[in-house]
Amino acid sequence: MNAILAIARKDLRIEWRTRTLLARVVPFALLVLVLFAVALDSEPLLLRAAAGLVWLAMLFAAMLLVQRSFDVETADHALDSLLSFVSSPSKVFFGKALSMFVQLFALAVVLLGAAVVLYGARVDGDGVVLLVTVLITATIGLSVVGTLYGVVVANMSGRDSLLPLLALPVLAPLLIGAARATEAALGSDTIDLANGWAWVALLVTYAVVFGSAGAVAFAPLAQSDS
Amino acid sequence: MVGLLGHDNGLYADLTARENVEFVAQLVGAGTNDVESALDRLGIDSRVAAARAGALSAGQRRRTALAALVVRRARLWLLDEPHAGLDGQARAELDGILRDATRSGATVVYTTHESEVSGARIPRTITLSGGIVARDVDSADPS
Repeated sequence: MNAILAIARKDLRIEWRTRTLLARVVPFALLVLVLFAVALDSEPLLLRAAAGLVWLAMLFAAMLLVQRSFDVETADHALDSLLSFVSSPSKVFFGKALSMFVQLFALAVVLLGAAVVLYGARVDGDGVVLLVTVLITATIGLSVVGTLYGVVVANMSGRDSLLPLLALPVLAPLLIGAARATEAALGSDTIDLANGWAWVALLVTYAVVFGSAGAVAFAPLAQSDS
Repeated sequence: MVGLLGHDNGLYADLTARENVEFVAQLVGAGTNDVESALDRLGIDSRVAAARAGALSAGQRRRTALAALVVRRARLWLLDEPHAGLDGQARAELDGILRDATRSGATVVYTTHESEVSGARIPRTITLSGGIVARDVDSADPS
């Protein structure tokens, strides 16, 4: 556990120094939400689509964070060095996924706040617990898939375009589940809270499956790149 | 545990030299004293230790990578031209570190193009030519 925390702390320290999240990712994600609002230009439509638009912006922004997270590992072959002495490669996977989770969770909170301001989305008392649970489970799923596909493309040429091409189709179930559950939490007429919790079950399963796959596959994927 | 040092130093450019060594120390369970000792051993003063690795000279980055290697206390050291980028004093310090490592029971394997000096540093030298072993000299073997 100490190794996982040390790796996560290292990534967060680098993020704090370089301000990638604050200077690039958050403005980009907010811009996406604003452009959606401009393009759709209909308050009822925006309110109906708010949850899906927030998670779509999250997915796009996550691609930037994943790329940055692995750029720092490949710039001086630090990942090769790290894997040569860390007691278990899965600790590297979970450490990087944990730092990704912290950053993406902060981003998700900002984007939901933006959805309230831009789209008029509201959450009542019953929906708060569901909303927080969705944020946590969907962000965990996004973090583990991002970390897994980040190492797949880490040393490939053209990885900037390859990462979204490979990861976004795999993230489609997460997008659907997170959007539907968030919609339920925001008090939509089309889906109730009980159905929202059913989508949370899908998100939990998704996170467990890809978390397990990442823990097993991270080392071979990283080594085949080097 | 393997201590690997290739042509790249494996450092994080946005962390300071000290933070890079401390990061390795945290992962292998080494303490603050081990970090200080490794930095001292490689001649990394407080000014260099506080500078970001990305802002250091090639020699300073190499010293930092070697300090991180020392902190690992590896049983097997795999080094690819470890003297590259080091000045004379740092080379001598590195030779001392490698001697200490072998005395403590570690196995050190390193490649070098400096064939005229490598024999003085290590007990066994294998010379490769065109991918084939051209010479294998074990200076510890009296025969």
